[in-house]
Amino acid sequence: MLTPTHVMIFSLVLFGVGVFGVLTRRNIIIVLMSLELILNAANLNFVAFSWAHPSIHGQVFALFVICVAAGEVAVGLAILITLFRNRNSVNIDEFHLMKG
Amino acid sequence: MTEVSLPLFLVFAAVGVFGAVMMVTRTQPVHSALYLVLTLFSVAAIYVLLHAEFLAVVQILVYAGGIMVLFLFVIFLVRPPVPGEARWHGGRHVLLSAGLAVILACALGWHFLESAPAAAGNPSALLEGGNMEQVSMTLFRYYILPFETVSILLLVSMIGAIALARKGEGV
Amino acid sequence: MLDLIWLIPLIPLTGVLINGFFGRRMPLKTVGVIACATVLIAFLLSVGAVVQLAGSEPNPDGLRIHELSLGDWMPLDAVSVPWEFSLDPLGSVLLLVVTGVGFLIHVYSIGYMAHEKDYARFFTYLNLFMGMMLTLVLAGNMMVMFVGWEGVGLCSYLLIGFYYDKPFDLRTGLTCADAGRKAFITNRIGDFAFLIGVLYLAINFGTLTFSEISERVAHAGPGAHGLLVGVGILLFLGACGKSAQIPLYVWLPDAMAGPTPVSALIHAATMVTAGVYMVARMSALYAQAPEAMAVIAAVGALTAIFAAIMGTAATDIKKVLAYSTVSQLGYMFAACGVGAYVAGIFHLMTHAFFKALLFLGAGSVIHGMNGEQDIRKMGGLKKKMPRTYWTFLVATLAIAGIPGLAGFFSKDEILWGAWSSGNKIVWLTLAAAAGVTAFYMFRLVYLTFWGTFRGGDEAESKVHESNSLMTVPLMVLAVLAAVGGWIGIPKLLTFGKDINLFHHWLAPAISLPHGDGHGVEASHSAGLEFGLMAVAVGIAVFGILLALHVYKSSTLPQKIADTLGPVYKLVRNLFWVDELYKFAILKPFYAACRGFRWVDIHVVDGLVNGTRNATLGLSYISNLHDRIVVDGLVNLTGWVTTWLHRMLSRVQTGMIQTYLSVMLLGVFILIAYYTLAG
Repeated sequence: MLTPTHVMIFSLVLFGVGVFGVLTRRNIIIVLMSLELILNAANLNFVAFSWAHPSIHGQVFALFVICVAAGEVAVGLAILITLFRNRNSVNIDEFHLMKG
Repeated sequence: MTEVSLPLFLVFAAVGVFGAVMMVTRTQPVHSALYLVLTLFSVAAIYVLLHAEFLAVVQILVYAGGIMVLFLFVIFLVRPPVPGEARWHGGRHVLLSAGLAVILACALGWHFLESAPAAAGNPSALLEGGNMEQVSMTLFRYYILPFETVSILLLVSMIGAIALARKGEGV
Repeated sequence: MLDLIWLIPLIPLTGVLINGFFGRRMPLKTVGVIACATVLIAFLLSVGAVVQLAGSEPNPDGLRIHELSLGDWMPLDAVSVPWEFSLDPLGSVLLLVVTGVGFLIHVYSIGYMAHEKDYARFFTYLNLFMGMMLTLVLAGNMMVMFVGWEGVGLCSYLLIGFYYDKPFDLRTGLTCADAGRKAFITNRIGDFAFLIGVLYLAINFGTLTFSEISERVAHAGPGAHGLLVGVGILLFLGACGKSAQIPLYVWLPDAMAGPTPVSALIHAATMVTAGVYMVARMSALYAQAPEAMAVIAAVGALTAIFAAIMGTAATDIKKVLAYSTVSQLGYMFAACGVGAYVAGIFHLMTHAFFKALLFLGAGSVIHGMNGEQDIRKMGGLKKKMPRTYWTFLVATLAIAGIPGLAGFFSKDEILWGAWSSGNKIVWLTLAAAAGVTAFYMFRLVYLTFWGTFRGGDEAESKVHESNSLMTVPLMVLAVLAAVGGWIGIPKLLTFGKDINLFHHWLAPAISLPHGDGHGVEASHSAGLEFGLMAVAVGIAVFGILLALHVYKSSTLPQKIADTLGPVYKLVRNLFWVDELYKFAILKPFYAACRGFRWVDIHVVDGLVNGTRNATLGLSYISNLHDRIVVDGLVNLTGWVTTWLHRMLSRVQTGMIQTYLSVMLLGVFILIAYYTLAG
């Protein structure tokens, strides 16, 4: 019998892996992909609760998250291209212009 | 398919976790992207299991079909990593980050698992008249303003992306 | 026409605007014509107004008066001062004299000033004077009169100092500008007293309008007597300044520094008579204050005799006339003081004719002599300047009091007024002054026109008669000086027929003590009056003969001067009044100034320096405080900030993932908090 707890554990694992990727990888592209993983984990939670309660609102929220993720990726990748054009690199530790 | 089978879920979850771990650990971004696609498909499958068919389709169309293609384009545009180049930050940083990720996940789990319902309710509310109709009815009845706002957000990010990525000008 | 009297002062003022702003760029002729035309228009308007006034119905008091108000000027709570103008018989006499004589003098000035560089400035001032004088004459209340009063004072100052860059009096080292200042400052003393008097009136009677003052003063009651005497004397002090009476007469002889037409217009015919006019205006007030009238009579008589004596020793042709003016003004005041206002104003009018004529004649002589003013260097000008001579002689006879001429009638009326009012001493003084007047006037004529020329051959050849622009006004004035007195002919000389037009015209405008207004007539005794008249004429003739006898000989004047010795010296040096003022007022003033300077240096500067030193000391302490405490705090702040910056900037790695780690740590803490809390 599938319970919401199973789904949430899965989503937590995905979240943890995503956070780990975001924090450790040097390649910005993979960092961005890890972010997508985190967002998917969140979406999973929405859907799980939508299924458990049950209420369709959670699914609508997940839909919005996907939209926002699409926008975020578009802008993020545009920034990445600009950075690459200027510095010829996609390694995040080479961009520390804000260093105090 | 009102009764969801646990084994099926476990299989998809295992595939998803495998894809996620592989994505995070690959050197070549193109490999990572492909593993991410695997994870996304498995998540889409789990959506289907959770009576969110519309969302599953959107997941595949938008994520696997749209976003991941975008990623792949970008990966082809930029210089591939030099072999032997460090894939992570320093070892201590990796350990600390891993620890942080774990305790954060644990904290969230602790917080939510307490309040999580023990079992799913009657899923008929999600399926009456078809899931897609349910979603769209809710969306346009209760969320018309956020819907429009999100459309503007997408428009703005599209313009922003074009403005940022234009050659010659910009940053 | 009567409602347009406010226009009369304004018309010359338009001339001021035109000549003042554009005069320098206009041809000389245009400037002169504009100046004269404005005065002529004012004169014609005046004639029209006076004719209309004469034809109007008199009020219950028998007085013909027209008053009009142009609106509020100072609408105060205690006293409201509107822009009031009024015309009554008294004002009408002045109005016609000022505009008529003023017009003649303007015409004369075109010829006299033809060679001056500041032609337009001269006529601007002259027109300004006319405007101000007419304001004074037509004023309906004390404040409007004061505007004119000060305005004519200003013009007098400007015109005395007209040749501001030239020296004037070598004896005292005055320049023309100094003479102007002297006149202005001396007048200021009088004006100050005048203003105080006006303010007293305003406070105590709540009005400054002449007609209302007259009414309220008449019903003031005995309690106000002291106040009225005080105000009367204060106002008379103002008149003393303006009309050059003792003790404020000293400016008038020096006022001769101005161009001669100015001397004729301002310092003989019009402005200096303003004091007399004002006293006559306030006759209602003086009627309640006999003590003030006594002061006026005494001062007037004294001034008449003293100024006449000073005139006998002066050698400057204009100064002789100046002293003569002071003396004649003394006559007028004496007349007012004894209650013979009509006689005083009558004399004012006839004096305006013959004294303006004398001054213009003197100007003609100066003009003909190419600027020479010393009568010791003249003589025998009779043949060279016949028209000037004959007109001058008419004026001289008139001022000396020869029967038939203007001066005789007015002077005689004053003397009779003095005698009949019981002021025998005043009569005696004035009669003596008449003799002295006859003496110095004939001395002047003798030294100037008769005998032989004493200025050297070269100067003699250059002497010339003036052009007709100057001599025609002389002739007009000569006619007036000869026949002007006939409008005031006394009853005595007309075999009892009362045709004294002047008296009938003016009497209603005057208030006399005891309210009867005809006290002079009441004690009339034909024989006595005739006798006194004969005595006065006798004294005048004696003075004339004495002058002729003394100056026929070339050595006698010197011999007399030597014989009199110190007395002559006293007179020659004008009784040392200027010096007296210098020692009695200026020296103590300078001493006081020096005292104040000492106080300034030692006390005030000491205080100032003490303050400075104290400030310096405080500044030093403040400096230390600044450097140690304030700067210390500031540096401490800076140091702490720098240290914090070093610490914090190490945190700012610029690495996004570091920031993200910290953020997620924060998220963890938040989750932990909420989980544990609830």
